[in-house]
Amino acid sequence: MNNAFRAVFIKEMVANFRDHRTLMSALLGPLLAPLVFVVAINFELSRALDGSENSLELPVLGSEAAPTLISFLEQENISIHPITKDRADTLAAVDKGSLDLALVIPKDFGTQLRSNQPVRLEIIVDLSNTKVHAQVTRMRSLLRAWEQQISALRLVSRGINPVITHPLLIDEIDTSTPSGRSAVILGMLTYLFLLAMLMGGMYLCIDTTAGERERGELEPLLALPISRSNLVVGKIAAGSMYMLASLAISLLTCMIALPFLPLEKLGMNANFGPAVAISAWFILAPFALLGSSLMTIVASLTKSYKEAQTYLSFVILLPTLPILIAALMTLRPSPELMLVPSLSQHLLITELIKSHPIEPLWVVISVGSTLLSSLALVWVAVRAYRREGILI
Amino acid sequence: MIVVDGLAKRFGNVAALRSISFSAANGQITGLLGPNGAGKSTTLRALYTVLKPDSGRAHIDTINVIENPLAARSRIGILPHGVGLSQHLTGRANIRYFGRLQGLNGPSLEERIEQLIQQLDIHSFADRKAKGYSQGQKTKVALAQALVHEPPNVILDEPTNGLDVMTTRALREEILTLKQTGKCVLFSSHVMQEVAAVCDEIVILAAGLVAACGTPDQLREQFGHDDLEEVFVAAIRSVGEPQT
Repeated sequence: MNNAFRAVFIKEMVANFRDHRTLMSALLGPLLAPLVFVVAINFELSRALDGSENSLELPVLGSEAAPTLISFLEQENISIHPITKDRADTLAAVDKGSLDLALVIPKDFGTQLRSNQPVRLEIIVDLSNTKVHAQVTRMRSLLRAWEQQISALRLVSRGINPVITHPLLIDEIDTSTPSGRSAVILGMLTYLFLLAMLMGGMYLCIDTTAGERERGELEPLLALPISRSNLVVGKIAAGSMYMLASLAISLLTCMIALPFLPLEKLGMNANFGPAVAISAWFILAPFALLGSSLMTIVASLTKSYKEAQTYLSFVILLPTLPILIAALMTLRPSPELMLVPSLSQHLLITELIKSHPIEPLWVVISVGSTLLSSLALVWVAVRAYRREGILI
Repeated sequence: MIVVDGLAKRFGNVAALRSISFSAANGQITGLLGPNGAGKSTTLRALYTVLKPDSGRAHIDTINVIENPLAARSRIGILPHGVGLSQHLTGRANIRYFGRLQGLNGPSLEERIEQLIQQLDIHSFADRKAKGYSQGQKTKVALAQALVHEPPNVILDEPTNGLDVMTTRALREEILTLKQTGKCVLFSSHVMQEVAAVCDEIVILAAGLVAACGTPDQLREQFGHDDLEEVFVAAIRSVGEPQT
């Protein structure tokens, strides 16, 4: 290995390791990002799961008018709390939030039912309160079930087979595997990994280019008897190393944190063990070179540390674009799509998490095309450093 | 030995160098003197090959800097204007970095670093992070970086800017030591007294041209003034206003 390249590489690795800002973004970001993700998803999931099997506390106004309905609900694990207030007070109570929801049964429930008139029931709810959505859905389906019992009884009493009211029987057969279902949520993880990876090298890339020039360190370096390509490639290599380390940390955090998600309760299964984490690292690794060279180019074209910071916070969002398009078009992996960096990594990792088989050819194309684009970017970075304007 | 012949350089519409020719001999200190914007830094930058002149030639120890920049750079040590150090490395590590980039390594490099640390009086802060260095400490370490490979030619761009009296004096002594070891020292300044204090040869630049050059005595004679500052002013006036 070339001496100058090695000297630059080691110097940037060591100097940036002592820089708190670079180190924080390289270590803490990848550590926290998956944790925040898991906590947020966990919160959403447990909310959605809430109330599906637990008993539901249901305040009911006028419960004495419908004893059969009430006993049906009680059998379905609903505990009824009769309300003594009138309808207007109940509305106000839900509006204020002192009640989550309430069922209002009219006084003439029994007479209306007996005279075969439709009876109006009211579920009073504030739908802007997202945590009651599951309870309302459950209430609705219970009331429908009771309604079907009554209508079946009415038909039977008139000598009609209730089956004739059901011309269709609809069965949904879901072919997705449990881990396939979780892929929707876990698909976001690819972006999380790419983000953590780019974050890990961002401050190094700024510091070794715009920062170095701003502090007056660049000029004596350019007057040394070394070629500028060694200088640039040494910096890019150091940036890639930081990105690879950040990637490993974020994958490891994810591997440890994901089992805490209640995915099984949704019939999902997170296939994210050590084997998947290691494969994911190798699939994403070529992207580190691409990210590092792209950031080095952009940062070296800016005038100052601050300007570089501004531009790079946009650059960090670039890999989302192909992923976003993939999500909108529900793309499936194909050899052509493997030519697109970031998209190919996203598709491969999604397949990996779904426990689908991965074609070796896809991996070869993905790694090959990402490395080739990286080499093109390295070449551009070297060109950028050969300009006279690099000093100004 | 540095020879500059007819260097010219434009930045857009501005002619930074119109035609600069001079030579700096070994074992001598040559001062590049001129007001701000005269072309001192541009000349030096062309010499250490970070700028490419539009026309003209420059040789360092008979190596053409335009045709063979790598070989030319290996024979110079430079201290640019406003030089900085890597903040998170110690002074010693900063010198070591440049030594490695010059192709030195192992015990011989460590020996050379130790020698420079003694010679330039760096030891009291050599093992501290460069982040907290004063301007004087920074300049000393940057000079050690420039000298680590024992270059036969040393180029310093406004080295005493922002330095206190004691550091300026120490730097002056260091420049004289370099001269005594037979090196070719080229340094720029906009302060006449400073140049007069150490230089054997003075090259006065104004508006991208050489207004005058020679030993201090020759210049005094040429312009008919005993006071070198008057000589400086007269030389600049002789060139006229900068042209574009």
